[in-house]
Amino acid sequence: MEIANIVDKCAGTVSEVTIGATKDEGGTRGKVVTVGGANSIPFMDFDGSPGHKPAIAMDVYDVAPEEWPEPLLKHYADVVNSPADWAKKCAEYGADLICLKLDGIHPDKGNRSADETVSTVKSILEAVDLPLIIWGCENDERDNEIMPKVSEAAKGERCLLGGATQENYKTITAVSLADGHNLITQAPVDINIGKQINILVTDLGFPTDRIVMFQTTGALGYGIEYCYSIHERGRIAALSGDQQMATPVICDVGHEAWRAKEAKASDEEAPQWGSFADRGIMWEAITATTLIQSGVDIIRMNHPESVSIVKKHIENLT
Amino acid sequence: MITLAERINGQFLDVKKAIKDRDPSVIHELAKKQTEAGATYLDINVGTAAADQEDAMKWLVESTQEAVKTPIAIDSQKLSVIQAGLEVIKNDVMINSAQGDPDVLDTYMQLAKEHNAALICLTMNKEGIPQNVDTRIEIAAEIAGKAMEHDVDMEKIYIDPILFSIPVDQKQPTYMLEVFNQIKLISDPSPHITVGLSNLAQGTQEKSLICRTFLTMAIAAGMDTALMDVLDTELMDAAICAEMLLNKQIYSDSFLKAARP
Repeated sequence: MEIANIVDKCAGTVSEVTIGATKDEGGTRGKVVTVGGANSIPFMDFDGSPGHKPAIAMDVYDVAPEEWPEPLLKHYADVVNSPADWAKKCAEYGADLICLKLDGIHPDKGNRSADETVSTVKSILEAVDLPLIIWGCENDERDNEIMPKVSEAAKGERCLLGGATQENYKTITAVSLADGHNLITQAPVDINIGKQINILVTDLGFPTDRIVMFQTTGALGYGIEYCYSIHERGRIAALSGDQQMATPVICDVGHEAWRAKEAKASDEEAPQWGSFADRGIMWEAITATTLIQSGVDIIRMNHPESVSIVKKHIENLT
Repeated sequence: MITLAERINGQFLDVKKAIKDRDPSVIHELAKKQTEAGATYLDINVGTAAADQEDAMKWLVESTQEAVKTPIAIDSQKLSVIQAGLEVIKNDVMINSAQGDPDVLDTYMQLAKEHNAALICLTMNKEGIPQNVDTRIEIAAEIAGKAMEHDVDMEKIYIDPILFSIPVDQKQPTYMLEVFNQIKLISDPSPHITVGLSNLAQGTQEKSLICRTFLTMAIAAGMDTALMDVLDTELMDAAICAEMLLNKQIYSDSFLKAARP
């Protein structure tokens, strides 16, 4: 008896976004990362091409994190005041990309100047040859002041800059376009706003194939199911042919997982929850591996051991 | 949705005159305007004016292709006119249309396969146009069966259950929705469903409103293609909105703008 072919063909393909530029391409990166390209639901390679495998971006902050629990902090204790050394460490830990998060420019977290920030960016570009994500502090005024300078300083490196929101997208879109960077469009776990912001930035002439979408991430126990559903619905829309949704997706797992109380409570505070040393790692790894199934393309992470677990998991799936 | 733009038709006076005078500028303009308005296919019908319909079809196809690369639907009830159009076609093409008799279908399915063309098949046969749901579905099933027999991809098959004008038969829109629903169940994947939308409003005073209202009802019942006035922006917007309401497009505040051509 002939067995019916039940392969699902998808009408749409997620665009491919390349982050980083080598010397030949006008940058200084030793390697570039391409994400996206999926023409099937995640890992269903018999239906179509699942595209490029998810990439891991490891976070570097421009100021020392204040609330990192000891099991995470101990891996970075000697570098938290030197973003360039921090980035080197991430490269050693196996990061595909470095995500420089500019919390320090926020008025409440240091109010660092544009000059200081530009020199931080330059120091990281010199210290490592991985592609760079540079993400503002989510204070519109400060982002609009600093990000244009940062963008210009990294011109030619084809970074991924974040993030354009429905309320504040014009400046970052214009500078990303002018300086040849990719752009993160950001929505608050809201599929409609996610699509809207993509329409808004493409209306300014920004090409769809340089956009990466970010729906604010919820960690395990903290709204991961909402985040998962939004990613899933967005990806299905993309595969059904909705071009405004056909962009790769980034999620912020490290920051969200490590601020969960399950990752932060010490052995004395929560003896029944299992070892403090392992809990945060598992929280981060499970959040990441779950979201990978929803079709994310770039995962921001923190702990070297979680990164190693998630990378193995991706290898096993691909 | 998939739209067949209806304006390059010899029944319109400007096109009739253009065919007679062999003046391509009228055709160029209609081809461009309808393409810009979002036509998936440009339907080309020589009408009844030309003495030599085959030659008129060739000229219309060639003139259209001079202006745009939009796929063309060659629209005629005569096989010889369709063949004449196919001889000069350069891009993707649709054949509009074949009747639902087995021997006719054999000929047209072969032709569609040869030219890798999409094919509209009418749910009518030698006995005429059925006046009920069941016979239309029987003919539709026969069409789908013939497509499988000739190994024509179901994606290429468009079933037209034939829409009359409201003054001719006012009961028909209701049962036509039932026909659409049932055609969707004939096969998996199912064939496309198409209608000549403007036929519905022939002889009425509210053409645009009638077409627009039926279009949204029909989309909800599974119709995905129509021969229609793509230059009617309210009609095109209604189609976009219907697809959003049916969750085929994700809503955003600018969904209309984003989906317009």
